Amino acid sequence: MGIRLLTNLVRFAVTYVIATVAVFFFMRAIPGDPAQIALGVNASPELLAKTRAEFGTDRPLIVQYFDWALGLPAGNFGTSYVTRQDISPLIIDRVQVSLILVVLAMLVALLIAVPFGTYAAVKHRNPSGIIISGVSQLGVAIPNFLAGILLVVVFAVGLGWLPANGWTPPGEDFGDFLARVFLPVLALASVQGAILTRYVRSAVMEVMSEDYLRTARSKGLGKLESLVKHGLRNASIPVLTVTSVQLAALIIGAVVIERVFVIPGLGSMLLDAVGNRDLLTVQSVVMVLVAITLIINLVVDVLYTILDPRIRKGA
Amino acid sequence: MAAEQVLVEKTRRKLSLTLIVGGSLVAVVVLAALVSFFWTPYNPVQAFPADRLQGSSAAHLMGTDRYGRDVFSGVLYGARITLLVGLVAVGIALVIGTPLGILAGMRGGITEEVTMRGADILLAFPALLVAIMFGAVFGASTLTAMLAIGIGSIPGFARVARSGTLQVMSTEYIMAAKASSQSGWRIARRHVMPNIVGMVVVQCSVSFAIAVLAEAALSFLGLGTPPPVPSWGRMLQESQQFLGTFPMLAVWPGAAIAVAVLGFTLLGDGLRDRFDPKLNGER
Repeated sequence: MGIRLLTNLVRFAVTYVIATVAVFFFMRAIPGDPAQIALGVNASPELLAKTRAEFGTDRPLIVQYFDWALGLPAGNFGTSYVTRQDISPLIIDRVQVSLILVVLAMLVALLIAVPFGTYAAVKHRNPSGIIISGVSQLGVAIPNFLAGILLVVVFAVGLGWLPANGWTPPGEDFGDFLARVFLPVLALASVQGAILTRYVRSAVMEVMSEDYLRTARSKGLGKLESLVKHGLRNASIPVLTVTSVQLAALIIGAVVIERVFVIPGLGSMLLDAVGNRDLLTVQSVVMVLVAITLIINLVVDVLYTILDPRIRKGA
Repeated sequence: MAAEQVLVEKTRRKLSLTLIVGGSLVAVVVLAALVSFFWTPYNPVQAFPADRLQGSSAAHLMGTDRYGRDVFSGVLYGARITLLVGLVAVGIALVIGTPLGILAGMRGGITEEVTMRGADILLAFPALLVAIMFGAVFGASTLTAMLAIGIGSIPGFARVARSGTLQVMSTEYIMAAKASSQSGWRIARRHVMPNIVGMVVVQCSVSFAIAVLAEAALSFLGLGTPPPVPSWGRMLQESQQFLGTFPMLAVWPGAAIAVAVLGFTLLGDGLRDRFDPKLNGER
Protein backbone atom coordinates (compact mmCIF):
# COMPACT_ATOMS: atom_id res chain seq x y z
CA MET A 1 0.00 0.00 0.00
CA GLY A 2 2.85 2.37 0.92
CA ILE A 3 4.60 1.74 -2.39
CA ARG A 4 1.41 2.31 -4.32
CA LEU A 5 0.82 5.57 -2.52
CA LEU A 6 4.38 6.67 -3.21
CA THR A 7 4.06 5.78 -6.92
CA ASN A 8 0.89 7.84 -7.09
CA LEU A 9 2.57 10.79 -5.43
CA VAL A 10 5.60 10.66 -7.74
CA ARG A 11 3.36 10.35 -10.78
CA PHE A 12 1.33 13.33 -9.61
CA ALA A 13 4.46 15.42 -9.06
CA VAL A 14 5.94 14.58 -12.48
CA THR A 15 2.66 15.28 -14.28
CA TYR A 16 2.26 18.55 -12.42
CA VAL A 17 5.77 19.76 -13.30
CA ILE A 18 5.39 18.83 -16.97
CA ALA A 19 2.05 20.63 -17.02
CA THR A 20 3.63 23.83 -15.65
CA VAL A 21 6.31 23.68 -18.37
CA ALA A 22 3.69 23.08 -21.08
CA VAL A 23 1.44 25.92 -19.93
CA PHE A 24 4.26 28.44 -19.38
CA PHE A 25 6.02 27.93 -22.69
CA PHE A 26 2.82 27.58 -24.71
CA MET A 27 1.73 30.99 -23.47
CA ARG A 28 4.95 32.39 -24.88
CA ALA A 29 4.53 30.67 -28.25
CA ILE A 30 4.06 34.06 -29.86
CA PRO A 31 6.98 36.37 -29.26
CA GLY A 32 5.81 39.65 -27.83
CA ASP A 33 6.97 42.12 -25.24
CA PRO A 34 4.40 42.51 -22.45
CA ALA A 35 5.91 45.88 -21.56
CA GLN A 36 5.51 47.12 -25.14
CA ILE A 37 1.92 45.85 -25.23
CA ALA A 38 1.12 47.51 -21.91
CA LEU A 39 2.66 50.87 -22.85
CA GLY A 40 1.87 51.06 -26.55
CA VAL A 41 4.18 51.70 -29.51
CA ASN A 42 5.09 55.27 -28.57
CA ALA A 43 6.67 54.48 -25.20
CA SER A 44 10.16 55.80 -24.58
CA PRO A 45 13.00 53.25 -24.32
CA GLU A 46 13.65 54.30 -20.70
CA LEU A 47 10.07 53.68 -19.67
CA LEU A 48 10.06 50.37 -21.55
CA ALA A 49 13.18 49.24 -19.74
CA LYS A 50 11.74 50.30 -16.40
CA THR A 51 8.47 48.47 -17.04
CA ARG A 52 10.31 45.35 -18.22
CA ALA A 53 12.27 45.36 -14.98
CA GLU A 54 9.04 45.85 -13.05
CA PHE A 55 7.40 42.90 -14.83
CA GLY A 56 10.56 40.85 -14.60
CA THR A 57 10.38 40.15 -18.33
CA ASP A 58 13.94 41.45 -18.88
CA ARG A 59 15.25 38.22 -17.36
CA PRO A 60 15.87 35.02 -19.34
CA LEU A 61 12.73 32.96 -20.02
CA ILE A 62 13.94 30.04 -17.94
CA VAL A 63 14.40 32.28 -14.89
CA GLN A 64 10.91 33.66 -15.41
CA TYR A 65 9.58 30.11 -15.57
CA PHE A 66 11.16 29.07 -12.29
CA ASP A 67 10.04 32.27 -10.64
CA TRP A 68 6.44 31.56 -11.67
CA ALA A 69 6.42 27.78 -11.14
CA LEU A 70 8.04 27.93 -7.71
CA GLY A 71 5.59 30.61 -6.60
CA LEU A 72 2.56 28.49 -7.57
CA PRO A 73 2.47 26.02 -4.65
CA ALA A 74 2.66 28.95 -2.24
CA GLY A 75 -0.27 30.60 -4.01
CA ASN A 76 2.02 33.28 -5.40
CA PHE A 77 0.97 33.91 -8.99
CA GLY A 78 2.59 37.26 -9.71
CA THR A 79 1.29 40.60 -10.93
CA SER A 80 -0.86 40.94 -14.02
CA TYR A 81 0.83 42.79 -16.89
CA VAL A 82 -2.49 44.26 -17.92
CA THR A 83 -4.31 45.24 -14.73
CA ARG A 84 -1.04 45.63 -12.72
CA GLN A 85 -2.84 43.89 -9.85
CA ASP A 86 -1.63 40.99 -7.73
CA ILE A 87 -3.32 37.92 -9.21
CA SER A 88 -3.14 35.75 -6.08
CA PRO A 89 -5.92 37.20 -3.89
CA LEU A 90 -8.22 37.32 -6.91
CA ILE A 91 -7.66 33.65 -7.67
CA ILE A 92 -8.16 32.62 -4.05
CA ASP A 93 -11.41 34.59 -4.01
CA ARG A 94 -12.65 33.14 -7.27
CA VAL A 95 -11.63 29.54 -6.64
CA GLN A 96 -13.97 29.38 -3.63
CA VAL A 97 -16.94 30.39 -5.76
CA SER A 98 -16.13 27.80 -8.43
CA LEU A 99 -15.55 25.03 -5.89
CA ILE A 100 -18.88 25.71 -4.16
CA LEU A 101 -20.57 25.42 -7.54
CA VAL A 102 -18.75 22.26 -8.58
CA VAL A 103 -19.03 20.40 -5.28
CA LEU A 104 -22.74 21.17 -4.89
CA ALA A 105 -23.35 20.14 -8.49
CA MET A 106 -21.53 16.83 -8.03
CA LEU A 107 -23.44 16.07 -4.83
CA VAL A 108 -26.76 16.76 -6.51
CA ALA A 109 -25.67 14.73 -9.56
CA LEU A 110 -24.85 11.75 -7.34
CA LEU A 111 -28.14 12.17 -5.48
CA ILE A 112 -29.85 11.85 -8.86
CA ALA A 113 -27.62 9.15 -10.33
CA VAL A 114 -27.24 6.60 -7.54
CA PRO A 115 -30.93 5.93 -6.86
CA PHE A 116 -32.05 6.27 -10.48
CA GLY A 117 -29.14 4.26 -11.86
CA THR A 118 -29.64 1.48 -9.32
CA TYR A 119 -33.37 1.44 -10.00
CA ALA A 120 -32.83 1.35 -13.76
CA ALA A 121 -30.47 -1.60 -13.31
CA VAL A 122 -32.74 -3.57 -10.97
CA LYS A 123 -35.76 -2.88 -13.21
CA HIS A 124 -33.89 -3.04 -16.49
CA ARG A 125 -36.61 -5.14 -18.10
CA ASN A 126 -39.47 -2.94 -16.83
CA PRO A 127 -40.72 0.06 -18.78
CA SER A 128 -39.82 2.32 -15.84
CA GLY A 129 -36.17 1.21 -16.01
CA ILE A 130 -36.07 1.63 -19.76
CA ILE A 131 -37.57 5.12 -19.51
CA ILE A 132 -34.86 6.15 -17.03
CA SER A 133 -32.20 4.86 -19.42
CA GLY A 134 -33.78 6.76 -22.28
CA VAL A 135 -34.03 10.03 -20.36
CA SER A 136 -30.43 9.74 -19.18
CA GLN A 137 -29.35 9.13 -22.79
CA LEU A 138 -31.13 12.32 -23.80
CA GLY A 139 -29.58 14.24 -20.90
CA VAL A 140 -26.10 13.29 -22.04
CA ALA A 141 -26.72 15.04 -25.37
CA ILE A 142 -27.64 18.38 -23.82
CA PRO A 143 -24.70 20.70 -23.15
CA ASN A 144 -24.84 22.19 -19.66
CA PHE A 145 -25.03 25.77 -20.94
CA LEU A 146 -28.10 24.84 -22.97
CA ALA A 147 -29.61 23.24 -19.86
CA GLY A 148 -28.80 26.48 -18.01
CA ILE A 149 -30.51 28.64 -20.62
CA LEU A 150 -33.59 26.41 -20.67
CA LEU A 151 -33.79 26.49 -16.87
CA VAL A 152 -33.60 30.29 -16.95
CA VAL A 153 -36.37 30.39 -19.57
CA VAL A 154 -38.65 28.22 -17.43
CA PHE A 155 -37.88 29.10 -13.80
CA ALA A 156 -36.61 32.68 -13.98
CA VAL A 157 -38.35 34.20 -17.01
CA GLY A 158 -41.47 32.06 -17.24
CA LEU A 159 -42.40 31.32 -13.64
CA GLY A 160 -40.36 34.08 -12.03
CA TRP A 161 -39.49 31.84 -9.07
CA LEU A 162 -35.75 32.38 -9.04
CA PRO A 163 -33.26 35.06 -10.12
CA ALA A 164 -31.87 34.52 -13.62
CA ASN A 165 -28.27 35.27 -12.68
CA GLY A 166 -25.84 36.83 -10.24
CA TRP A 167 -24.05 35.66 -7.11
CA THR A 168 -24.24 36.26 -3.36
CA PRO A 169 -21.59 34.75 -1.07
CA PRO A 170 -23.13 32.27 1.40
CA GLY A 171 -21.72 34.20 4.36
CA GLU A 172 -23.48 37.38 3.31
CA ASP A 173 -27.08 36.32 2.80
CA PHE A 174 -27.62 32.58 2.87
CA GLY A 175 -31.18 32.69 1.55
CA ASP A 176 -30.20 34.78 -1.43
CA PHE A 177 -27.16 32.54 -1.97
CA LEU A 178 -29.42 29.48 -2.20
CA ALA A 179 -31.82 31.21 -4.58
CA ARG A 180 -28.99 32.28 -6.88
CA VAL A 181 -26.99 29.06 -6.74
CA PHE A 182 -30.00 26.82 -7.40
CA LEU A 183 -30.30 27.13 -11.18
CA PRO A 184 -26.57 26.99 -12.06
CA VAL A 185 -26.11 23.96 -9.81
CA LEU A 186 -29.15 22.31 -11.33
CA ALA A 187 -27.86 23.04 -14.84
CA LEU A 188 -24.54 21.39 -14.08
CA ALA A 189 -26.03 18.57 -12.01
CA SER A 190 -28.80 17.51 -14.37
CA VAL A 191 -26.40 16.83 -17.22
CA GLN A 192 -23.82 15.22 -14.90
CA GLY A 193 -26.58 13.22 -13.24
CA ALA A 194 -27.64 11.85 -16.62
CA ILE A 195 -24.09 10.79 -17.44
CA LEU A 196 -23.54 9.20 -14.04
CA THR A 197 -26.92 7.43 -14.09
CA ARG A 198 -25.73 5.49 -17.12
CA TYR A 199 -22.55 4.43 -15.36
CA VAL A 200 -24.27 3.53 -12.08
CA ARG A 201 -26.76 1.45 -14.05
CA SER A 202 -24.10 -0.52 -15.89
CA ALA A 203 -21.99 -0.97 -12.74
CA VAL A 204 -24.94 -2.30 -10.76
CA MET A 205 -25.98 -4.58 -13.62
CA GLU A 206 -22.47 -5.97 -13.75
CA VAL A 207 -22.52 -6.63 -9.99
CA MET A 208 -25.95 -8.24 -10.22
CA SER A 209 -24.59 -10.93 -12.50
CA GLU A 210 -21.84 -11.89 -10.01
CA ASP A 211 -21.85 -15.23 -8.22
CA TYR A 212 -21.59 -13.76 -4.74
CA LEU A 213 -24.84 -11.93 -5.23
CA ARG A 214 -26.57 -15.14 -6.25
CA THR A 215 -25.14 -16.73 -3.09
CA ALA A 216 -26.51 -13.87 -1.02
CA ARG A 217 -29.93 -14.31 -2.63
CA SER A 218 -29.85 -18.05 -1.98
CA LYS A 219 -29.16 -17.35 1.69
CA GLY A 220 -32.58 -15.77 1.74
CA LEU A 221 -31.70 -12.09 1.37
CA GLY A 222 -34.05 -10.03 -0.75
CA LYS A 223 -32.97 -8.45 -4.05
CA LEU A 224 -32.50 -5.01 -2.57
CA GLU A 225 -31.01 -6.25 0.69
CA SER A 226 -28.37 -8.36 -1.05
CA LEU A 227 -27.54 -5.47 -3.34
CA VAL A 228 -27.12 -3.02 -0.48
CA LYS A 229 -25.13 -5.44 1.68
CA HIS A 230 -22.83 -6.93 -0.94
CA GLY A 231 -23.28 -5.23 -4.27
CA LEU A 232 -22.99 -1.50 -3.79
CA ARG A 233 -19.48 -1.52 -2.41
CA ASN A 234 -18.30 -3.40 -5.47
CA ALA A 235 -20.30 -1.24 -7.80
CA SER A 236 -18.86 1.86 -6.17
CA ILE A 237 -15.38 1.34 -7.64
CA PRO A 238 -16.16 1.89 -11.33
CA VAL A 239 -18.57 4.65 -10.32
CA LEU A 240 -15.82 6.33 -8.33
CA THR A 241 -13.55 6.30 -11.39
CA VAL A 242 -16.17 7.94 -13.54
CA THR A 243 -17.04 10.43 -10.79
CA SER A 244 -13.43 11.60 -10.68
CA VAL A 245 -13.25 11.99 -14.44
CA GLN A 246 -16.60 13.78 -14.41
CA LEU A 247 -15.57 16.02 -11.52
CA ALA A 248 -12.72 17.27 -13.70
CA ALA A 249 -15.17 17.76 -16.57
CA LEU A 250 -17.49 19.61 -14.20
CA ILE A 251 -14.76 22.10 -13.29
CA ILE A 252 -14.39 22.95 -16.96
CA GLY A 253 -18.16 22.87 -17.43
CA ALA A 254 -18.46 25.42 -14.65
CA VAL A 255 -16.38 27.83 -16.76
CA VAL A 256 -19.23 27.99 -19.26
CA ILE A 257 -22.01 27.94 -16.67
CA GLU A 258 -20.40 30.89 -14.87
CA ARG A 259 -20.72 32.78 -18.12
CA VAL A 260 -24.41 31.92 -18.47
CA PHE A 261 -25.28 32.91 -14.90
CA VAL A 262 -22.79 35.81 -14.53
CA ILE A 263 -21.05 34.16 -11.57
CA PRO A 264 -17.69 35.60 -10.47
CA GLY A 265 -15.75 32.32 -10.38
CA LEU A 266 -12.50 31.12 -11.90
CA GLY A 267 -14.17 30.59 -15.26
CA SER A 268 -15.29 34.20 -15.61
CA MET A 269 -11.85 35.32 -14.48
CA LEU A 270 -10.22 33.11 -17.13
CA LEU A 271 -12.49 34.29 -19.93
CA ASP A 272 -12.11 37.95 -18.98
CA ALA A 273 -8.33 37.47 -18.96
CA VAL A 274 -8.48 35.87 -22.42
CA GLY A 275 -10.50 38.86 -23.64
CA ASN A 276 -7.90 41.27 -22.23
CA ARG A 277 -4.96 39.24 -23.53
CA ASP A 278 -3.82 39.04 -19.91
CA LEU A 279 -1.48 36.10 -20.45
CA LEU A 280 -0.07 35.80 -16.93
CA THR A 281 -3.58 35.60 -15.48
CA VAL A 282 -4.64 33.09 -18.14
CA GLN A 283 -1.68 30.83 -17.49
CA SER A 284 -2.16 31.03 -13.72
CA VAL A 285 -5.88 30.23 -13.80
CA VAL A 286 -5.30 27.41 -16.31
CA MET A 287 -2.65 25.98 -14.01
CA VAL A 288 -5.00 26.18 -11.00
CA LEU A 289 -7.67 24.30 -12.96
CA VAL A 290 -5.18 21.66 -14.09
CA ALA A 291 -3.80 21.30 -10.56
CA ILE A 292 -7.31 20.78 -9.16
CA THR A 293 -7.90 18.09 -11.78
CA LEU A 294 -4.64 16.35 -10.92
CA ILE A 295 -5.34 16.52 -7.18
CA ILE A 296 -8.77 14.95 -7.73
CA ASN A 297 -7.14 12.09 -9.64
CA LEU A 298 -4.62 11.60 -6.86
CA VAL A 299 -7.30 11.54 -4.16
CA VAL A 300 -9.34 9.03 -6.14
CA ASP A 301 -6.33 6.76 -6.56
CA VAL A 302 -5.86 6.83 -2.80
CA LEU A 303 -9.56 6.20 -2.21
CA TYR A 304 -9.38 3.13 -4.45
CA THR A 305 -6.74 1.68 -2.23
CA ILE A 306 -9.02 2.13 0.76
CA LEU A 307 -12.17 0.83 -0.94
CA ASP A 308 -10.71 -2.18 -2.70
CA PRO A 309 -8.78 -4.60 -0.52
CA ARG A 310 -7.41 -6.32 -3.62
CA ILE A 311 -5.51 -3.17 -4.54
CA ARG A 312 -4.59 -2.53 -0.89
CA LYS A 313 -2.79 -5.83 -0.71
CA GLY A 314 -1.01 -5.07 -3.95
CA ALA A 315 -2.56 -7.95 -5.85
CA MET B 1 -30.79 -22.08 -23.64
CA ALA B 2 -33.77 -21.12 -25.71
CA ALA B 3 -34.61 -18.28 -23.34
CA GLU B 4 -31.06 -17.02 -23.57
CA GLN B 5 -31.27 -17.11 -27.35
CA VAL B 6 -34.42 -15.03 -27.26
CA LEU B 7 -32.73 -12.52 -24.97
CA VAL B 8 -29.80 -12.22 -27.36
CA GLU B 9 -32.18 -11.72 -30.27
CA LYS B 10 -34.02 -9.08 -28.27
CA THR B 11 -30.86 -7.13 -27.47
CA ARG B 12 -29.79 -7.35 -31.11
CA ARG B 13 -33.01 -5.78 -32.21
CA LYS B 14 -32.82 -3.05 -29.58
CA LEU B 15 -29.24 -2.33 -30.61
CA SER B 16 -30.02 -1.90 -34.25
CA LEU B 17 -32.67 0.60 -33.17
CA THR B 18 -29.90 2.62 -31.47
CA LEU B 19 -27.93 2.45 -34.68
CA ILE B 20 -30.89 3.47 -36.82
CA VAL B 21 -31.90 6.42 -34.65
CA GLY B 22 -28.28 7.56 -34.25
CA GLY B 23 -27.57 7.16 -37.95
CA SER B 24 -30.74 9.04 -38.91
CA LEU B 25 -29.98 11.98 -36.64
CA VAL B 26 -26.44 12.20 -38.01
CA ALA B 27 -27.84 11.96 -41.53
CA VAL B 28 -30.14 14.91 -40.82
CA VAL B 29 -27.18 17.02 -39.70
CA VAL B 30 -25.06 15.97 -42.70
CA LEU B 31 -27.97 16.66 -45.04
CA ALA B 32 -28.48 20.12 -43.51
CA ALA B 33 -24.81 20.89 -44.06
CA LEU B 34 -24.86 19.62 -47.65
CA VAL B 35 -28.05 21.51 -48.48
CA SER B 36 -26.52 24.72 -47.11
CA PHE B 37 -23.90 24.56 -49.87
CA PHE B 38 -26.57 24.83 -52.55
CA TRP B 39 -29.50 26.51 -50.91
CA THR B 40 -30.56 28.40 -47.82
CA PRO B 41 -33.90 30.28 -47.68
CA TYR B 42 -31.99 33.56 -47.15
CA ASN B 43 -28.38 34.59 -46.99
CA PRO B 44 -27.60 33.54 -43.39
CA VAL B 45 -25.35 36.55 -42.74
CA GLN B 46 -27.49 39.19 -44.41
CA ALA B 47 -29.44 41.44 -42.02
CA PHE B 48 -32.96 42.62 -42.79
CA PRO B 49 -33.53 45.25 -40.07
CA ALA B 50 -37.19 45.61 -41.05
CA ASP B 51 -37.81 41.93 -40.28
CA ARG B 52 -36.05 41.72 -36.93
CA LEU B 53 -37.20 39.42 -34.11
CA GLN B 54 -40.08 37.74 -35.89
CA GLY B 55 -41.67 34.49 -34.77
CA SER B 56 -42.06 31.43 -36.96
CA SER B 57 -43.93 32.04 -40.17
CA ALA B 58 -44.15 30.74 -43.71
CA ALA B 59 -41.52 33.26 -44.77
CA HIS B 60 -39.19 32.51 -41.82
CA LEU B 61 -39.62 28.92 -40.66
CA MET B 62 -37.70 29.51 -37.39
CA GLY B 63 -38.20 33.27 -37.25
CA THR B 64 -35.52 35.95 -37.37
CA ASP B 65 -32.92 37.22 -34.90
CA ARG B 66 -32.22 40.71 -33.63
CA TYR B 67 -30.62 41.78 -36.92
CA GLY B 68 -33.42 40.28 -38.97
CA ARG B 69 -31.29 37.33 -40.07
CA ASP B 70 -33.19 34.16 -40.92
CA VAL B 71 -32.64 31.64 -38.10
CA PHE B 72 -33.37 28.58 -40.25
CA SER B 73 -30.69 29.61 -42.74
CA GLY B 74 -28.27 30.09 -39.84
CA VAL B 75 -29.09 26.66 -38.40
CA LEU B 76 -28.49 25.04 -41.82
CA TYR B 77 -25.21 26.87 -42.26
CA GLY B 78 -24.19 26.12 -38.67
CA ALA B 79 -24.35 22.39 -39.43
CA ARG B 80 -21.49 22.97 -41.87
CA ILE B 81 -19.29 24.59 -39.21
CA THR B 82 -20.15 21.88 -36.68
CA LEU B 83 -19.27 19.06 -39.08
CA LEU B 84 -16.14 20.80 -40.33
CA VAL B 85 -14.79 21.32 -36.82
CA GLY B 86 -15.76 17.77 -35.83
CA LEU B 87 -14.17 16.20 -38.90
CA VAL B 88 -10.87 18.05 -38.61
CA ALA B 89 -10.66 17.61 -34.83
CA VAL B 90 -11.44 13.89 -34.93
CA GLY B 91 -9.08 13.56 -37.91
CA ILE B 92 -6.21 15.11 -35.95
CA ALA B 93 -6.85 12.88 -32.93
CA LEU B 94 -7.23 9.78 -35.12
CA VAL B 95 -4.06 10.35 -37.09
CA ILE B 96 -1.91 11.14 -34.05
CA GLY B 97 -3.54 9.11 -31.29
CA THR B 98 -4.10 5.79 -33.03
CA PRO B 99 -0.52 5.13 -34.22
CA LEU B 100 0.79 6.17 -30.81
CA GLY B 101 -1.58 3.74 -29.12
CA ILE B 102 -0.65 0.90 -31.47
CA LEU B 103 3.05 1.62 -30.94
CA ALA B 104 2.59 1.65 -27.18
CA GLY B 105 0.66 -1.61 -27.25
CA MET B 106 3.15 -3.39 -29.51
CA ARG B 107 6.40 -2.14 -28.07
CA GLY B 108 5.50 -2.09 -24.38
CA GLY B 109 8.20 -1.04 -21.93
CA ILE B 110 9.47 2.51 -21.98
CA THR B 111 7.59 3.42 -25.20
CA GLU B 112 4.32 2.42 -23.60
CA GLU B 113 5.10 4.19 -20.33
CA VAL B 114 6.06 7.45 -22.04
CA THR B 115 3.08 7.41 -24.42
CA MET B 116 0.53 6.62 -21.76
CA ARG B 117 1.95 9.12 -19.27
CA GLY B 118 1.84 11.69 -22.06
CA ALA B 119 -1.80 10.81 -22.63
CA ASP B 120 -2.45 11.19 -18.89
CA ILE B 121 -0.94 14.66 -18.89
CA LEU B 122 -3.00 15.63 -21.91
CA LEU B 123 -6.11 14.33 -20.13
CA ALA B 124 -5.57 16.99 -17.48
CA PHE B 125 -6.10 19.53 -20.28
CA PRO B 126 -9.67 19.12 -21.53
CA ALA B 127 -10.39 20.30 -25.07
CA LEU B 128 -12.14 23.39 -23.79
CA LEU B 129 -9.18 24.45 -21.69
CA VAL B 130 -6.76 23.89 -24.57
CA ALA B 131 -9.05 25.93 -26.79
CA ILE B 132 -9.15 28.76 -24.25
CA MET B 133 -5.33 28.77 -24.18
CA PHE B 134 -5.20 28.78 -27.99
CA GLY B 135 -7.72 31.61 -28.03
CA ALA B 136 -5.61 33.61 -25.57
CA VAL B 137 -2.39 33.21 -27.52
CA PHE B 138 -3.48 33.12 -31.17
CA GLY B 139 -6.93 34.71 -31.02
CA ALA B 140 -10.21 32.92 -31.63
CA SER B 141 -10.85 31.26 -34.99
CA THR B 142 -12.34 28.11 -36.47
CA LEU B 143 -8.81 26.82 -36.97
CA THR B 144 -7.75 27.21 -33.32
CA ALA B 145 -11.01 25.58 -32.21
CA MET B 146 -10.38 22.58 -34.50
CA LEU B 147 -6.75 22.25 -33.39
CA ALA B 148 -7.57 22.54 -29.72
CA ILE B 149 -10.43 20.04 -29.78
CA GLY B 150 -8.29 17.70 -31.88
CA ILE B 151 -5.37 17.84 -29.46
CA GLY B 152 -7.71 17.36 -26.52
CA SER B 153 -9.13 14.20 -28.16
CA ILE B 154 -5.78 12.49 -28.77
CA PRO B 155 -5.60 10.61 -25.43
CA GLY B 156 -8.93 8.88 -26.06
CA PHE B 157 -7.68 7.43 -29.35
CA ALA B 158 -4.30 6.47 -27.91
CA ARG B 159 -5.96 4.60 -25.05
CA VAL B 160 -8.46 2.75 -27.23
CA ALA B 161 -5.82 1.80 -29.81
CA ARG B 162 -3.45 0.61 -27.09
CA SER B 163 -5.97 -1.57 -25.28
CA GLY B 164 -7.13 -3.05 -28.60
CA THR B 165 -3.53 -3.71 -29.64
CA LEU B 166 -2.78 -5.38 -26.32
CA GLN B 167 -5.72 -7.74 -26.88
CA VAL B 168 -4.56 -8.60 -30.38
CA MET B 169 -0.94 -9.05 -29.32
CA SER B 170 -1.89 -11.75 -26.83
CA THR B 171 -3.50 -13.95 -29.50
CA GLU B 172 -1.95 -17.03 -31.05
CA TYR B 173 -1.87 -15.75 -34.59
CA ILE B 174 0.40 -12.93 -33.50
CA MET B 175 2.71 -15.47 -31.94
CA ALA B 176 2.65 -17.33 -35.25
CA ALA B 177 3.36 -14.13 -37.13
CA LYS B 178 6.24 -13.35 -34.81
CA ALA B 179 7.56 -16.89 -35.13
CA SER B 180 7.62 -16.51 -38.91
CA SER B 181 9.72 -13.39 -38.23
CA GLN B 182 7.35 -10.86 -39.74
CA SER B 183 8.39 -7.28 -39.21
CA GLY B 184 6.63 -5.14 -36.63
CA TRP B 185 5.27 -2.86 -39.33
CA ARG B 186 3.85 -5.86 -41.20
CA ILE B 187 2.23 -7.23 -38.04
CA ALA B 188 0.75 -3.82 -37.31
CA ARG B 189 -0.62 -3.45 -40.83
CA ARG B 190 -1.78 -7.01 -41.45
CA HIS B 191 -2.98 -8.09 -38.03
CA VAL B 192 -3.37 -5.27 -35.54
CA MET B 193 -5.04 -2.56 -37.61
CA PRO B 194 -7.77 -4.72 -39.16
CA ASN B 195 -8.65 -6.04 -35.72
CA ILE B 196 -8.91 -2.73 -33.93
CA VAL B 197 -10.61 -0.80 -36.71
CA GLY B 198 -14.03 -1.39 -35.14
CA MET B 199 -13.00 0.05 -31.80
CA VAL B 200 -11.41 3.03 -33.52
CA VAL B 201 -14.55 3.72 -35.56
CA VAL B 202 -16.58 3.70 -32.34
CA GLN B 203 -14.10 6.12 -30.79
CA CYS B 204 -14.48 8.38 -33.85
CA SER B 205 -18.20 8.62 -33.31
CA VAL B 206 -17.89 9.20 -29.55
CA SER B 207 -15.19 11.84 -30.08
CA PHE B 208 -17.31 13.49 -32.73
CA ALA B 209 -20.09 13.96 -30.19
CA ILE B 210 -17.60 15.47 -27.74
CA ALA B 211 -16.20 17.71 -30.50
CA VAL B 212 -19.67 19.00 -31.36
CA LEU B 213 -20.25 19.84 -27.68
CA ALA B 214 -16.85 21.51 -27.37
CA GLU B 215 -17.34 23.55 -30.55
CA ALA B 216 -20.73 24.71 -29.34
CA ALA B 217 -19.29 25.67 -25.96
CA LEU B 218 -16.40 27.53 -27.60
CA SER B 219 -18.53 29.54 -29.97
CA PHE B 220 -20.92 30.18 -27.07
CA LEU B 221 -17.98 31.72 -25.20
CA GLY B 222 -16.89 33.66 -28.26
CA LEU B 223 -13.78 31.52 -28.72
CA GLY B 224 -14.89 29.61 -31.80
CA THR B 225 -15.80 30.69 -35.30
CA PRO B 226 -15.85 34.50 -35.32
CA PRO B 227 -18.93 36.41 -36.52
CA PRO B 228 -20.62 36.90 -38.90
CA VAL B 229 -20.34 33.20 -39.92
CA PRO B 230 -23.27 31.51 -38.14
CA SER B 231 -22.48 28.82 -35.58
CA TRP B 232 -24.96 27.15 -33.26
CA GLY B 233 -23.08 28.05 -30.10
CA ARG B 234 -22.96 31.74 -30.91
CA MET B 235 -26.59 31.82 -32.01
CA LEU B 236 -27.37 30.43 -28.57
CA GLN B 237 -25.20 33.03 -26.89
CA GLU B 238 -26.81 35.87 -28.85
CA SER B 239 -30.25 34.57 -27.90
CA GLN B 240 -29.52 35.04 -24.19
CA GLN B 241 -30.50 38.71 -24.27
CA PHE B 242 -33.94 37.81 -25.56
CA LEU B 243 -34.82 34.89 -23.30
CA GLY B 244 -37.65 36.89 -21.72
CA THR B 245 -39.22 37.94 -25.01
CA PHE B 246 -38.11 35.46 -27.70
CA PRO B 247 -37.11 32.18 -26.03
CA MET B 248 -37.46 30.30 -29.34
CA LEU B 249 -34.26 32.03 -30.48
CA ALA B 250 -32.46 29.79 -27.96
CA VAL B 251 -34.51 26.69 -28.66
CA TRP B 252 -33.64 26.28 -32.36
CA PRO B 253 -29.83 26.30 -32.17
CA GLY B 254 -30.07 24.40 -28.86
CA ALA B 255 -32.12 21.68 -30.48
CA ALA B 256 -29.66 21.52 -33.37
CA ILE B 257 -26.77 20.95 -30.95
CA ALA B 258 -28.71 18.30 -29.03
CA VAL B 259 -29.67 16.47 -32.24
CA ALA B 260 -26.07 16.37 -33.44
CA VAL B 261 -24.66 15.22 -30.08
CA LEU B 262 -27.39 12.66 -29.55
CA GLY B 263 -26.92 11.37 -33.10
CA PHE B 264 -23.20 10.80 -32.78
CA THR B 265 -23.52 9.35 -29.25
CA LEU B 266 -26.19 6.85 -30.31
CA LEU B 267 -24.29 6.03 -33.49
CA GLY B 268 -21.21 5.29 -31.37
CA ASP B 269 -23.25 3.11 -28.98
CA GLY B 270 -24.87 1.25 -31.84
CA LEU B 271 -21.55 0.68 -33.61
CA ARG B 272 -19.97 -0.51 -30.37
CA ASP B 273 -22.62 -3.17 -29.99
CA ARG B 274 -22.15 -4.16 -33.61
CA PHE B 275 -18.39 -4.46 -33.37
CA ASP B 276 -18.20 -5.86 -29.86
CA PRO B 277 -21.22 -8.03 -29.05
CA LYS B 278 -19.67 -8.93 -25.69
CA LEU B 279 -20.36 -5.47 -24.33
CA ASN B 280 -24.02 -5.67 -25.27
CA GLY B 281 -24.58 -1.97 -24.89
CA GLU B 282 -24.25 -1.95 -21.12
CA ARG B 283 -22.22 1.18 -21.01
